[in-house]
Amino acid sequence: MNDKAVHQHAEGHAHAILRWSDDSAHDIDETARYPLMTEAIRQILVEKGLISADAVRRLIEQMDARSDVTGGTIVARAWVDAAFKERLLANAKEAIAELGISEVDAAHLIVVENTETVHNVVVCTLCSCYPRMVLGMPPEWYKSKAYRSRVVREPRAVLKEFGTELADTVTVRVHDSNADMRYLVLPMRPLGTEGWSEDALAHLVTRDCMVGVTVPRVPAKAHAVE
Amino acid sequence: MSPAAVSPRRFAPGDRVTVAHTHPPGHRRIPYYIRGKSGLVERYCGAFPNPEELAYGFDGLPARHLYRVRFQQTDIWPAYTGPAHDTLDLEVYEHWLRPAEEDAS
Repeated sequence: MNDKAVHQHAEGHAHAILRWSDDSAHDIDETARYPLMTEAIRQILVEKGLISADAVRRLIEQMDARSDVTGGTIVARAWVDAAFKERLLANAKEAIAELGISEVDAAHLIVVENTETVHNVVVCTLCSCYPRMVLGMPPEWYKSKAYRSRVVREPRAVLKEFGTELADTVTVRVHDSNADMRYLVLPMRPLGTEGWSEDALAHLVTRDCMVGVTVPRVPAKAHAVE
Repeated sequence: MSPAAVSPRRFAPGDRVTVAHTHPPGHRRIPYYIRGKSGLVERYCGAFPNPEELAYGFDGLPARHLYRVRFQQTDIWPAYTGPAHDTLDLEVYEHWLRPAEEDAS
């Protein structure tokens, strides 16, 4: 239940973040030295009237409001519009601006396409770089040391644990997102979705599909309706 | 957006490169597992302030060229059990890259 307590117990002391060689705080510890310093500075700036508490709250709200709905919208458009897809793969920032998405971060977004012969999966081994502007906040497992260390070394075993088994004829391409680029996986459009509306397609595309640990599937119920 | 780097690019897509096999202390933006490994430049990403200096409060200038390099998994992990065509793409700053040695496989 309490990540911090578990972390401290496992590490044997409460200040692992102070050890230069230990970046375990990237995983779970949000109440260590630096977060507390940040909070203290925030309070002082508010008390001095340099920023307002509401402005900070509003920015946090905006950041938290970002979600994988944006990514799903981008993918669905690429599925129904081949010319858009080409533009998206060539220059993601300019292409998604067409959809009214103009986050500054998108300057460094790279979209990678899954095909019959290539499956892409994204990780950040050094910390937890993630395309937040199109997917929102990363899930806990994406930040875990287990995922970060294993998916680069044994991606097929990790994908299998996510329920994704790939044929040996498919090239698994891991993207270690460790510097200034951010990656979004463009999954393959599932069979059985011919004639679907863009909106219905967008709902098939989940966060995990766009990180690359799974692929979009048509629900059995939808099959029945079809 | 990207600040100009002072030096011309040393590498182009398709070039075979080797990541420096050194272990200097401090904040280094290159995973240990890829040091000393060779791959092909996949694309040029632009020039960015050096994160290894930004980490210590400097401006990171001049900006450094950043490349995406594609490695064969079997070149990275001797015990890799997947197919030989599996790959790993990684961003590498130019100062970590060397032209691949002739005998590099």
